[in-house]
Amino acid sequence: MAIEGVEIIKAAAFLGAGIAMGLGAIGPGVGEGYVGGKACEAIGRRPEEAGLLTRTMLVGQAVSESTGIYSLVVALLLLFVV
Amino acid sequence: MLSNIVTITNLASYAGAGLCIGLGAIGAALGEGYTAGLANHAISQKSKKSGDIIKNMLVGQAIAETAAIFALVIAILLLFVKMPSTSILKAAALFGAGICMGFGAIGSGVGSGFPGGEACLGIARQPVMAGRLTTNMLIGSAVCQTPAIFSMVVALMLMFMDFSKMPVSPTWAALIGAGISTGLAAIGSGFGGGKAAGASCEGIARQPESIAQVTTTMLVGQAVSQTPAIFGLLVSFILMFKTFPEAVALNASMALLGAGICMGFGGVGPGIGNGLTAESAVRWVSRNMRATGELTRIMLVGQAVSQSTAIYAMVISLVLIFVV
Repeated sequence: MAIEGVEIIKAAAFLGAGIAMGLGAIGPGVGEGYVGGKACEAIGRRPEEAGLLTRTMLVGQAVSESTGIYSLVVALLLLFVV
Repeated sequence: MLSNIVTITNLASYAGAGLCIGLGAIGAALGEGYTAGLANHAISQKSKKSGDIIKNMLVGQAIAETAAIFALVIAILLLFVKMPSTSILKAAALFGAGICMGFGAIGSGVGSGFPGGEACLGIARQPVMAGRLTTNMLIGSAVCQTPAIFSMVVALMLMFMDFSKMPVSPTWAALIGAGISTGLAAIGSGFGGGKAAGASCEGIARQPESIAQVTTTMLVGQAVSQTPAIFGLLVSFILMFKTFPEAVALNASMALLGAGICMGFGGVGPGIGNGLTAESAVRWVSRNMRATGELTRIMLVGQAVSQSTAIYAMVISLVLIFVV
């Protein structure tokens, strides 16, 4: 019975890892794409500021990425630590 | 026992057929409604061109409809083709096929509506470009349909491949996971590709001389938007073709189901995000053609970052399949 309990916990952890990374990837994907789109718009208006705009886009995307990385970390914890 | 398997296979097949056409009808209906709405808008602006606009609307709607037709075909096959039900795995495969095609039709249906509608508005704006706009709309919406076609391929493989030699556990989870992976990942790519195609039709109408650059940027942007769907397809193929060692324990099954869910949901966001980036890039290429190089570069950089989350999802899926 004890072994069965461990198995169920492992099963839940694996399924949870998939759900965590899967759902967690939606927001950053959409958000970073939106930032990329706005950066294209800004460069279209002022191509001479491309360097500054690229930098700002990457910083904004990096912050937006953080929640995706949280999901990745939680998924890896569920897979290998729990 | 055998009659039991037949009953469960029928049950899975009918439930899958219902989900398939129920989910699959959502996208095409929304997309066609959007096209028709913009066609009305266009006719209100230029009623003399109503013939061209209505013709373009019907062609655009026909393309959006194909996603729903794929779902209808799969649903009818699930209802009426009697599968040899020697193993309970057929039930999982048929249910997975229904889910795959049902979800997979949503994004392509919605996405194909954008170029259809924008091309109608474009004809009202630049009547002389009507032919070029329809051509561009067809190219753009054909690319939007590819995720739905991926889903149909996976659904047909799940229905007609023979899995009866495989161990029931954990292969049942792999087959359902294969359906979820391609089906969900197709949503984002279809929607995103449609956004880019819509912006290109608008751009050509606004600035007809930019047509070459606009179409090229659209195709590059759409190609990147398709990658999450391709990741989903890859994970589905691995789940369908790999022979998993028999494992009675629940954890092996859940790892494979989790892999499918992970890649499926994980592909939605990056697909939409890449499409939003491509949409803006295409829109501004038409307005500021001299910046085409800069815009293509920033589009690809932005898309690459947006893509990273799909890659995380793929990594976790592959770890779930091959490592744990």
